[in-house]
Amino acid sequence: MAVEKVDTAGLTDQELLDVYYKMLLTRALSQRMRVLQRMGKGTFAVSAEGHEGAQVGSAYVLRPGQDWTVPYYRSVGVAVTVGMTARDVMMAFFARRDDISSGGRNMPNHFSHRELRIVSGSAPVATQVPHAVGIALASKLRGLDEVTFVYFGDGATSKGDTHEAMNFAGVHRLPVVFICENNSYAISVHISKQMAVENVSIRAQGYGFPGVTVDGNDVLAVYRAALEAHQRARAGEGPTFIEVKTYRLAPHSSDDDDRRYRSREEVEAWSQREAIVRFRALLQELGLLNQEKEESLNRRVAREVDEATDYAEQAPPPDPATVFRHLYAE
Amino acid sequence: MAVKTLIEAVREAMAEEMRRDPRVIVFGEDVEEGGVFRATEGFVQEFGRERCFDTPLAESAIVGVAIGASLNGLLPIAEIQFADFIWPAVDQIINEAARIRWRSNGAWGCPIVVRAPYGAGIRGGPYHSQSVESVFAHVPGLKVVCVASPYDAKGLLKAAIRDPDPVLFFEHKRAYRLVREEVPEDDYVLPLGQAAVKREGKDITLVSYGMMAQHALKAAERAAEEDGIQVEVIDLRTLRPLDSETVLASVRKTGKALVAYEDNLFGGYGAEIAALIAEEAFDYLDGPVTRLAAPDVPISPFSPALEDAILPGEENVLEAIRRLAAY
Ligand SMILES: Cc1ncc(C[n+]2csc(CCOP(=O)(O)OP(=O)(O)O)c2C)c(N)n1
Repeated sequence: MAVEKVDTAGLTDQELLDVYYKMLLTRALSQRMRVLQRMGKGTFAVSAEGHEGAQVGSAYVLRPGQDWTVPYYRSVGVAVTVGMTARDVMMAFFARRDDISSGGRNMPNHFSHRELRIVSGSAPVATQVPHAVGIALASKLRGLDEVTFVYFGDGATSKGDTHEAMNFAGVHRLPVVFICENNSYAISVHISKQMAVENVSIRAQGYGFPGVTVDGNDVLAVYRAALEAHQRARAGEGPTFIEVKTYRLAPHSSDDDDRRYRSREEVEAWSQREAIVRFRALLQELGLLNQEKEESLNRRVAREVDEATDYAEQAPPPDPATVFRHLYAE
Repeated sequence: MAVKTLIEAVREAMAEEMRRDPRVIVFGEDVEEGGVFRATEGFVQEFGRERCFDTPLAESAIVGVAIGASLNGLLPIAEIQFADFIWPAVDQIINEAARIRWRSNGAWGCPIVVRAPYGAGIRGGPYHSQSVESVFAHVPGLKVVCVASPYDAKGLLKAAIRDPDPVLFFEHKRAYRLVREEVPEDDYVLPLGQAAVKREGKDITLVSYGMMAQHALKAAERAAEEDGIQVEVIDLRTLRPLDSETVLASVRKTGKALVAYEDNLFGGYGAEIAALIAEEAFDYLDGPVTRLAAPDVPISPFSPALEDAILPGEENVLEAIRRLAAY
């Protein structure tokens, strides 16, 4: 039977369905935030639509609370895979007092969760990359079994911080994995104006560690690459650079109109082969997903996102009197 | 008590803290070999290359990596070889180190120290002489120290290393071997955010920091001897948080304020002090709040003739004291 030949990367049936569920949740949260922003219920939204394979596939390798995650603003799928809830995401979207990421101080999608070791980030592109290297340096110096995954886009590969960080990590052979979600655009700037190479992963060679390019529409291929990088890091073999070729199906953010710089045909073509569609077909082939199961999963996701939205919408905003708190240690 | 130079005091503070707390590490350019000013001399021998190591020549990464390491339980001291080269790391310092606690609503903290030699008067030219403190003192979330006094340096650096927040620790490089003071061998910590009244006086309040505070003390002695003017000299030591109480209390007593700093006059740190005094002690003033600083040209020209022409020193301070006293 053809089904027997499918390589499921060592994931159990349960785990495969869990990966799928997290991809659906990522999609639904991203869509919901976009819609809410257009309804005027929030001022800003960033979507991970199209990046689900890259994000869930890689982050599924992480051991929550033990490994470190240094995300970027598009990392909805990374955050929910490591353990943040739909509520956590929505509380940040509405900038609520009890938003775990920042208490409404940082923009939405700037995920932070100390217990889950998801590190607070900023908006300047690529500044998080050296942080990941520092975290990994500490893991190594302290002799701890920890791996750090850091996420960024293709635009971020042009920044000095990315270069400085990768070089540092290479010299010190640190347990860190650099994951570039290459979606061909940095807002409107096409990849051809960002770099003169076909695969940016080739740069890893210049830092003395392996770089691989994987198809972000194949969530299991991403998972396999991340697992291998994770194992290398744990074995003391140093960093890996994973370039995941993916595509963002939505505009850059709620402030962007992507019709100005890319054709609808291009978007349509990518949406035909995007990771969720492809993984769904695989799960069906494996007999893990039928229509009934699919519907029940979708209902579960919708329920969760509805509940999270209602909860966050009604949650109190931060108290203005607290704005000076936490500038310094208390 | 032994008499020590500034660089010895800095080295001693770091070594003592590294002995006391295994989480303290130091890294930067050339630190394994002792550093270009020899602040980490002997550290590799005593602490090993795990705790004192050379980094690639990349200032943003030096600070960015320090931030990351601090998030994962270490207490890094990041050495920037000269303050003039700190600019590539400004993004990491201002956007990251200063904001991470605030932006995470207190969940994360960033206990790093960024040390850098700063200041002119060593014939270093325009790229080994800069005063960079005002940029950082402007930023909420940072703490900023400027020292030239060995005694202050040791106690304050220890406080900086133990502090849970990011501290920029600027050491005046002209003072490294020039300024000598008695420095206790034992463990003492001077609190950040506390100015020192280094000389008492009733006629003029002279607010300063770094090497200018050293010039100020000498000028004040001469003003007393030669003119009978009693100058109260305040060395701020910590620029942020600012000990405004000490400054204001002194101005309320003397009624005259002179602010002396080595940086360019325009928009320099002393402007903040002048504004503070004008706002909070206006009723006590008996003359204009006066600033003495370098003129607005790049600090410093390499030629001694040019550097000496622009760099304020003891003579300029004395002159400014006399002018203000006569007002
Ligand atoms: C240093 C810096 N420059 C510019 C911006 C504005 N900006 C925000 S996102 C972005 C594009 C980033 O693209 P990429 O790294 O490819 O990630 P993507 O958004 O495509 O996932 C830009 C230019 C910024 N945030 N930081």
